[in-house]
Amino acid sequence: MRSLTRSKVFWPLVALVALLAVNVVARPGFLGVRMQDGHLYGSLIDILRNTSPILLVAIGMTLVIATRGIDLSVGALVAIAGAVACTQIAASPTPGSASTVLIAIGTALLVCLVLGAWNGFLVSVVGIQPIIATLILMTAGRGIAMLVTGGQITTVNSPLYKSIGAGFLLTLPVSAIIAGVVLAATALLTRRTALGTLVESVGINPEASRLAGVRARSIIWTVYVFSALCAAIAGILISSNVTAADANNNGLWIELDAILAVVIGGTSLMGGKFSLTGTLIGAFIIETLRITVISLGIAPEVNLVFKAVVVILVCLLQSPVVQRKFRARRRAVAQEHGEAVEVVA
Amino acid sequence: MAATEVQAGATTRTSRMRGTSPLARYGSVLATLVTLVLVFVIGSTRYTGFLDSQTILNLFIDNAFLIVLAVGMTFVILTGGIDLSMGAVMALSTMVTARLLIAGWAPGPVIAAVLLLGCVFGVGVGLFIRVFEVQPFIATLAAMFLARGLCFVVSPNSLSITDPFFVSLSQSRIRLWPTGTAFDGRTLYAFISPSVIVALVIVAIAAWVLHATRFGRTVYAIGGNQGSAELMGLPVARTQVLVYVVSGVCSAIGGLIFAMYSLSGYALTGVGVELDAISAVVIGGTLLTGGSGFVIGSLLGVLVLGTIQTIISFEGTLSSWWTKIVIGALLLVFVVLQRLLIIRRRT
Repeated sequence: MRSLTRSKVFWPLVALVALLAVNVVARPGFLGVRMQDGHLYGSLIDILRNTSPILLVAIGMTLVIATRGIDLSVGALVAIAGAVACTQIAASPTPGSASTVLIAIGTALLVCLVLGAWNGFLVSVVGIQPIIATLILMTAGRGIAMLVTGGQITTVNSPLYKSIGAGFLLTLPVSAIIAGVVLAATALLTRRTALGTLVESVGINPEASRLAGVRARSIIWTVYVFSALCAAIAGILISSNVTAADANNNGLWIELDAILAVVIGGTSLMGGKFSLTGTLIGAFIIETLRITVISLGIAPEVNLVFKAVVVILVCLLQSPVVQRKFRARRRAVAQEHGEAVEVVA
Repeated sequence: MAATEVQAGATTRTSRMRGTSPLARYGSVLATLVTLVLVFVIGSTRYTGFLDSQTILNLFIDNAFLIVLAVGMTFVILTGGIDLSMGAVMALSTMVTARLLIAGWAPGPVIAAVLLLGCVFGVGVGLFIRVFEVQPFIATLAAMFLARGLCFVVSPNSLSITDPFFVSLSQSRIRLWPTGTAFDGRTLYAFISPSVIVALVIVAIAAWVLHATRFGRTVYAIGGNQGSAELMGLPVARTQVLVYVVSGVCSAIGGLIFAMYSLSGYALTGVGVELDAISAVVIGGTLLTGGSGFVIGSLLGVLVLGTIQTIISFEGTLSSWWTKIVIGALLLVFVVLQRLLIIRRRT
């Protein structure tokens, strides 16, 4: 029990469960999931599907933040990926064919890969601070997306493309499966190989890791490319779900939601440590919060106030000052009971 | 982790200290000035009437609120922080101004209340950052969500301002010098709005505070190296909270100016304007790591952004998204330039 409460993901998990509980109280049928039209149906499934884009962006963001960086450009990349994919499908004579959709997705991923490499170049080679290096693409990126769509909202009529964001596979939302696969692959790659440790070492001290033989520059470069790739997939999911590329609104402020998800999940912006489980919970908290506000019948715009309150609470609970207080109290209680006092690192 | 940070800070610091010649000190501001002149030359060769004195004055009138925001942002960035809540706090200020005026408050108490609101937000954010050690990015992000959400709580619709004092201020023009005669024989004057004077006074006060007071020197010292500043016995904690109070109050003043300019309060006012302010500060030559930069540079940065917008609106056929791309490109140029300056000074 004690190790549980000390775990980094304990408070985020409590917050998520509390949010779900509020929903159950407000709507007793909230947790119900039933089969309808050959796939699962219910609020939880909605949450699963709507969390996917934020989760994808947040996975990439987690690794970037672990290197003590930040990627503000992901929202713009979401818009660019959607714009590139949708304009291609819309211009094609056969929008429904698999080859058209695959080529469109391929180009969108490639474009974002290049832009991610650009971010990585600015940060790792030129040595610009991440926040400002990615601010450049955040500012210019939506302009580029509008350039691609010609300032129009490009709608596509392709059942295949729509199925990526809105379809179901094996009774589950396709988008959730995609996000799940990316999460699992990232977890395997970072936790079953040395990559995760290397990323963390770069976050703690890039110079020291370089001297220790870690190729810090390549690692930093890689995480920005990876983050852009995640954003591109999220952009495809979002544009497919609404079957349109809206350069102004697709993925608007998703970078902030993703950063929040990462921070709520216990990954510090100071880098050097990351938790993909925490990010998963953080992403769910953000989406569940949105659903909760709607199901309580509060105006959706006021959602921001609740988001702020949750962020403030989670940050306060995780802050060193409060953690020290907790620890001190725990130690006092332990001493009263005559237990051996653990040395807390 | 703190130790490594201090070390990293120290190496860049010594390198920056070496370049103390005036050119090195004011090089970044000079670069901004050159850019501004260049942008103006481009504009004036392409369009007749671009160099008209009123076009230049309009830059100040249209961007008065942004100038004030950029001043606040400069303080925060000089300490190595960032304030993402400025646009939202500005919007909340316009909403509160409009709501209180509709409720029948007199203009004086309304202005005081709005300034107090900015102050409260600043203190809250500052304490959050200082006492609970939350990163400025996250703390001000939370404040941004809170302020923006509160805007909708005040009213989801646009509230118009009909208070005679605000209306008269918004319509008053301060004549500067005669520029010609109109067709009906009246003399035309180049003019500015009262908000421009407010903005310029704030720039002057900020420059004085940063360079002639203990608080200002502490701001630079924290941005230079927080560890050293603490060891020197400077009031780091107090100053760190105070810079967010400065940015909060600047947001509130920006909101008052904007409310006067648009004669309304609207919840979606100034979405993303904090990014414009950050861009202006960076283009103005302030290092985002803190410790180096001038408010006058931020003022020039705002003018550069404003001029680009004017050019693109003069062009007519150019679509609005080019503004974003040009500003992004300009940011890139300046950031790379700063980087090169630092590298050159180190060697």
